[in-house]
Amino acid sequence: MSDIYTEIILDHYQHPRNFGVIKNPTKKVKVANPLCGDKIKMMIVFDKEKVTDVKFNGVGCAISIASASMLTEYIKGKTKEELKKIDKDFITKMLGISLGVNRIKCALLSLEALKKLL
Amino acid sequence: MLNVFQIKKDFPIFKNNSSLVYLDSTATSLKPTSVIDKLVEYYSKYSANIFRGVYSLSEKATEEYEKTREKIAKFINAKSKEIIFTRNTTESLNLLAYSLGRKIIEKNDEIVTTIMEHHSNFVPWQMLSQESGAVLKVINITKEGNLDVYENKFKIQNSPSDSEGKMTMKNSRLINLNDIITKKTKILTLTYISNVLGTVNPIKEIVRAAKKINPKIIVIVDAAQAAPHKKIDVLDLGVDFLAFSSHKMLGPTGVGVLWGKYDLLQEMFPFNFGGEMISEVFIDKTFFKEPPYKFEAGTPSIAEVIALKEAIFYLEKIGLDKIESHEKDLVQFAYRRLKEEFGEKIKILGEGNIEERSGILAFNFYHIHPHDVAQILSEKNICIRSGHHCAQPLHHFLGITSSCRVSFYLYNNKEDVEKLIEGLKEVKIKFKV
Repeated sequence: MSDIYTEIILDHYQHPRNFGVIKNPTKKVKVANPLCGDKIKMMIVFDKEKVTDVKFNGVGCAISIASASMLTEYIKGKTKEELKKIDKDFITKMLGISLGVNRIKCALLSLEALKKLL
Repeated sequence: MLNVFQIKKDFPIFKNNSSLVYLDSTATSLKPTSVIDKLVEYYSKYSANIFRGVYSLSEKATEEYEKTREKIAKFINAKSKEIIFTRNTTESLNLLAYSLGRKIIEKNDEIVTTIMEHHSNFVPWQMLSQESGAVLKVINITKEGNLDVYENKFKIQNSPSDSEGKMTMKNSRLINLNDIITKKTKILTLTYISNVLGTVNPIKEIVRAAKKINPKIIVIVDAAQAAPHKKIDVLDLGVDFLAFSSHKMLGPTGVGVLWGKYDLLQEMFPFNFGGEMISEVFIDKTFFKEPPYKFEAGTPSIAEVIALKEAIFYLEKIGLDKIESHEKDLVQFAYRRLKEEFGEKIKILGEGNIEERSGILAFNFYHIHPHDVAQILSEKNICIRSGHHCAQPLHHFLGITSSCRVSFYLYNNKEDVEKLIEGLKEVKIKFKV
């Protein structure tokens, strides 16, 4: 766990991609991190099975925001079937850092949101 | 100040983690060798079940177990039979909400608590009020971080007995609960010391003011953050119930204490049913034991209860008064140093009571998320807490989601504060603020 605040994590935290609101999403969801009370909202637009747009907003730590930013970047253009395969290991690889058992919850908050949107 | 260099030698965790800066004793305290040895002693010398065996090992275990009860009773100036062992403060408070609350609370009754409670002294009462149709009233805090129960005017006492013969003015603030406590308030439950703000509530004065309005009111005190740090005398405080945890006061995990006035304990429902809490069981009915055994169903945490008394011996050897003033010095030093280094960029929660608070300091640092602050500090082996510290109503009231929290105990010193400051400087660098 030597350095989890890599350039890429900090970049996504300070300049989150897909941060904002979609006016008429197909579905939207709000999830909360019981560790700190942070909440993330995520909204998605499907064209049949395919994700055409996704956005998120809320407050969070560097890990939860970077994770949401990177995840939303990845899922655009993917199908529901493809998204169902995303798991904890995928998120860890995507972030490229190793997190402890407690802190991993921050990284998985956006995945929880995505699962609820599918 | 305590001789922290010597004290640290009693805590093997420092030997195994040479650069450890442990600033999270509010969550749980570290354990001295004497406590750890006592756990091993039970398991290696007389690890029998208590009460049931007539053989000598069981009698030895029972004796050791009951000696802790006696020790705890003396520690808080109570009687042994009024001491109930639970799993932790949370269970003690839930036991009360169940066994007392469900016995006495009816529709339209009032239960009063405060905004600065830990969830364990908030949610059980919220649930009880929702189930019973009772009203849950919440005492707010002032911007200084004190309970909003003080009169605006001061009572000024002149005490001419000053050593230099000068007239000294002693301000003692008057408590006014007229807006909150009524004849319908059956339970007032509050924390002795806030686990976020470090505020020490004037329990004795609050009890007196509450009982003046309603002599029948039952006052419950969550002493989880007080028992490890200050001398408690339940008779002097005038409370009816008091709860605390072993693991926050150098003792093992898995043991909580509930003290209650005996006549009230007798009236209450049992909590768990099963072994050891019954006197006779028939197919159609059961008779229960008298307190405290009525509330101690099943095999308890025997080793942990036995070892808890070693923690008390240790605290008494150092002296609770000395521990309390050591922590006060440290928290004030920390406040001063943090402000010197970071000024307005560090926001201390409940900044108004620095002089009187217990050794707890919660803060937000720049706009950096508490998890990120704590994570970077952890790289330097500095342990602080981040999150809402199980006090979400308080955080909402303060208009924030979460905070960082450092807390001090007898094994902390000014060096730990300086290391914290060095760590926070690293956080600044990493987040380029």
